[in-house]
Amino acid sequence: MAQHEVESEVAGTVWKVEAKVGDTVACGDVLMILESMKMEIPVESPVDGKVVSINVAVEQAIEEDQVLAVVED
Amino acid sequence: MFQRVLIANRGVIARRIVRALNSLGIESVVVYSEADQGAPYLAEATQAIALKGVSAAESYLNVDVLEGVIRKTGADAVHPGYGFLAENAGFARRVAACGARFIGPAPDLIEQMGDKVCARQLAVEHNFPCHAGSALIASQDEALTEAARIGYPVMVKPAAGGGGIGMQVADSDASLRQAFSRAGVMAERAFGSAAVYLERWIENPRHIEVQVLGDGKDAMHLYERECSVQRRHQKVIEESPAPGIDRAELEPVLNRARQFSADIGYDSVGTIETLRGADGAYGFLEMNTRIQVEHGVTEMVTGVDLVSAQIALAAGLGLPKTKPLVGHALEVRVYAEDSRTLMPSTGQLSCFRPPQLHGVRVETGMAQGQFVTQHYDPMLAKLISVGHTREMAIGRALVACRAFEIRGVNTNLALLQKILTDPVFIAGNIDTGYLDRLLAKT
Repeated sequence: MAQHEVESEVAGTVWKVEAKVGDTVACGDVLMILESMKMEIPVESPVDGKVVSINVAVEQAIEEDQVLAVVED
Repeated sequence: MFQRVLIANRGVIARRIVRALNSLGIESVVVYSEADQGAPYLAEATQAIALKGVSAAESYLNVDVLEGVIRKTGADAVHPGYGFLAENAGFARRVAACGARFIGPAPDLIEQMGDKVCARQLAVEHNFPCHAGSALIASQDEALTEAARIGYPVMVKPAAGGGGIGMQVADSDASLRQAFSRAGVMAERAFGSAAVYLERWIENPRHIEVQVLGDGKDAMHLYERECSVQRRHQKVIEESPAPGIDRAELEPVLNRARQFSADIGYDSVGTIETLRGADGAYGFLEMNTRIQVEHGVTEMVTGVDLVSAQIALAAGLGLPKTKPLVGHALEVRVYAEDSRTLMPSTGQLSCFRPPQLHGVRVETGMAQGQFVTQHYDPMLAKLISVGHTREMAIGRALVACRAFEIRGVNTNLALLQKILTDPVFIAGNIDTGYLDRLLAKT
């Protein structure tokens, strides 16, 4: 079992959180959607596994490389 | 003519409007958010007024604040540019209520064209070619009946839409049921209205648009622009004329666009977007009731200053003279986004040196030291190249991309160079799926 930190590739704002702690997710499932520069940027799970933490909330401002969620496989 | 024009916009287009106003001897008033402090065009305008806040909602979309600026400065006209409030009929009416002229078409026309179902209906009524489609769809059953009539695959589109948001393709009854509910939810979230309609899905179409100008009675066209090189339904490269299409095929479409604009009493500059199927059939996509980002392409092949023409039309000075299409022009949009992942990129421009080359026009609202923020769209500059031939325009654009020095943010300059040297692009074999295929190759 390894924990995978899901980092933001952009600075922006959290628009919508699609997954919650405890959810079973597949690689590529959308965990949340960020908004930056008038674009919606989906954040996908890097692995098949379980969501162990969601570190941000809707409308929160985020920095590049900030850890948004942790998924365990 | 107007005395003083407020520019309710920022960046590249704000600077372009300042230039047009300066050339017409009209005073320009620009507003700027805290994020745009120090932008180079602020000094080029007659007057620059600071707005509070950095987000678009606090600044460039804040109608109350903008109304205050109109009254305080005594501006007798407002240029909305593109994006922000450019296609907001409510804003156009508020401007008029202040006693100023909105530089754009009548608010009713903005409203009709903003409603995609209504716009499509107008096109049908005025014999502008349309691909098969439906009116507003009320229920899933109705969607299934209409899809059977139109024929799969169909596209479910939000009526209040734009920018490709919420569009879903369905190729069977089962997938249509899913697409119908998903599109409704997305449309509700993005546009505050769940209304959707169906249109026949055209596989790998070309995006061909017609530049029109109207004075409320008469109308003219200034030829087409080919805008098929897109990512996320956003254009990356535009050119005029459209490569590889016979003038004999285009002429009827251009004339229909002109006739349509005259019939609806169109009274500004506008763009009629169409999708051209592989069979050469054109279908109405939408009409943009504003100056377009890619207007410079048309300016370079016709010699008509479209922004000045738009201002003159708003002042009631009539249409410009029609001009022949000469040479070939190509615009590449330089975005602050990664060439490989297409992820947007923010930061301070530690180096920003646009190229200065013969046959290449640079449009930018940025300068070295400025910040690229998450609050606005990621376009840094437009490079518009012109040549006697398409080959020459492509060559000049390529040299310009190589010479453009930008540091501090990731840019798509490498991707632009890849497109401009791609044999498929050079051969003109482009459609709206082209860029995704090119990106998938590597």
